[in-house]
Amino acid sequence: MSGRILLGLALAALAAAPAILPPFFLYLLALVLVTGLLATSLNLVLGYGGLYQFHHGVFYGIGAYTAAVGITRLGWPVWLAFLSGPLAAGVAGLVIGFFCVRLSRLYFGMLQLSLGSFVWIVALRWYPVTGGDNGIHGIPLPPVLQTLPGAYALVAGGVAASLGALWAVVRSPFGLTLQAIRDNPQRSEVMGVDVRIHQLAAIVLAAFFAGVAGVLYVALERSVFPSMLFWVLSLEILVMCLLGGWFTFSGPLVGAAVVVGLRTLLGRHTEYWTLALGMLLILLIFFLPEGIMGHLQQRWTAHRTPSARPATAGNVRG
Amino acid sequence: MVAGVDLPAVLGQVLVGLSRAMILFIVSAGLTLILGVLRVPNVFHGSLYMLGAFVAWTVAEAVGAHPAGLWLALAAAPLVTAAVGLVLERLLLSRLYHREHLMLILFTFGVMLILNDAVKLLWGPTYRSLVPPPSLQGAVTVLGVALPTFNLVLLAAGPLVGLGLWLFTHRTRAGRVARAAATDRDMVAVLGVDVNRVFGMAFALGCFLAGLGGALVAPTTSIMLGMDHSLLIDSFLIVIVGGLGNLWGALAGSLLFGVTQSVGLLVWPQFAVAFPYAVTAAVLLVRPTGLLRSAW
Repeated sequence: MSGRILLGLALAALAAAPAILPPFFLYLLALVLVTGLLATSLNLVLGYGGLYQFHHGVFYGIGAYTAAVGITRLGWPVWLAFLSGPLAAGVAGLVIGFFCVRLSRLYFGMLQLSLGSFVWIVALRWYPVTGGDNGIHGIPLPPVLQTLPGAYALVAGGVAASLGALWAVVRSPFGLTLQAIRDNPQRSEVMGVDVRIHQLAAIVLAAFFAGVAGVLYVALERSVFPSMLFWVLSLEILVMCLLGGWFTFSGPLVGAAVVVGLRTLLGRHTEYWTLALGMLLILLIFFLPEGIMGHLQQRWTAHRTPSARPATAGNVRG
Repeated sequence: MVAGVDLPAVLGQVLVGLSRAMILFIVSAGLTLILGVLRVPNVFHGSLYMLGAFVAWTVAEAVGAHPAGLWLALAAAPLVTAAVGLVLERLLLSRLYHREHLMLILFTFGVMLILNDAVKLLWGPTYRSLVPPPSLQGAVTVLGVALPTFNLVLLAAGPLVGLGLWLFTHRTRAGRVARAAATDRDMVAVLGVDVNRVFGMAFALGCFLAGLGGALVAPTTSIMLGMDHSLLIDSFLIVIVGGLGNLWGALAGSLLFGVTQSVGLLVWPQFAVAFPYAVTAAVLLVRPTGLLRSAW
């Protein structure tokens, strides 16, 4: 009940934002929403699936580049390009995931990282198509998307719809099975669950929504560049999930708000903002290992229900 | 490339690739040692490599024209990075060993962010270059191929480090304890060995190698912010391809990386840098836990 009220308030705030916020903060909010969707999509694989997807940015980049290349090089209509971005990301998720799910934890992450790095090099070197290290700038979009309120409306609508879909996914029987696999793959297997198919499906879904985030980034910025595919960005997405709490649904969104906010606001005053992020990260690991939302959730529910943490949250390694 | 193969060019690229592979080996040997003994995926390993290069530059610059400057730089840089690593391990990292890998990755990523900004604070964003002493400048002719003289130092350093590490891990008590702790740390602790000291030492040695790699690469390239980025991923992939914690696996992976990339330059220059990633992925598909036996 209180959850519904909170959701309604959040949606009302999103709708009212263009009327209230000055342009810079409206832009910042749009950027937080896009990044938040990206982090939430990773968390489907990471927090709910228990898979170390080290290079999630690859799907974000593929989504964005597909839309950008479609519009600028192939002359596709914008709606078709925007639709093809998430689809291409989903297909990439299927291909990369197909190979990765055979491997366990750290090896999974490393194979995913090397395949992602390969895609990054292609974006960096395939000048005629991707623009190489310059990326693609000034992508022509319809006039309405070239205004900040127009771009914001598409971003806010797209992110809200995607988060709704992801929420439905984690609450669905599929999502619950995925969490069961995360907590105990052997037992799930014995109970007749096809572990790899579920993990692969989670990777494809996560890739699709990362592709949505990539396309929305294109709508907001009208440009793409190879650093969207660089591993540092992917680690930053991981940080967002941890910072916000990777065993909660809203955690990655909160983490994205913290990281993007910190970068944008601190970045205006100092070029050493990553120093601050690094220190924050270390403090968090030591003092708030559940992340911001994980911690709050524990405090809220502590007196009513036992901890919602999965059995593996504490000490499992390897 | 099939039509009109230029043999000296191929040989030259192989030699250049080998010297690059030796740098990769020295750095990845440190990473694989830390992974094998402590089970820590150390993301700031690349930052120590960069720090090693900058420290080497500073020492060489301070010594000036004297030919001993380079050797002093090569000695000082790894000691500094080993000290940095030891302090971080004793103060912070050692408190996280019981946590999951993701936490260790994120902790070391946090240290990487801090170290990289610290290098930017101390040395600024400008490029530096370390000029080797006159005796190591120019080129020598090897098998009819001109090779920069300093590459000979690299070609010698790789096998020396490999041999030294093998002697350490197989012929000294400390090394044997480290290997035993890598396999079963609880059992080693039960036997009355101070596992904490072993871990601290292994971590410092790994960090020493990262700094040594950075110092060795300093005379061959421009020393700059961001030089750690591709190296970090490369050495992680090398370690995985070779088999986590396996010293010879790190050597095999480094050779694979260095040589495919430099020979790839002759085949398809534009995408040569992507070759190692494709090879890594291919190897992992066939042998999911790496070429050689993993310590994990």
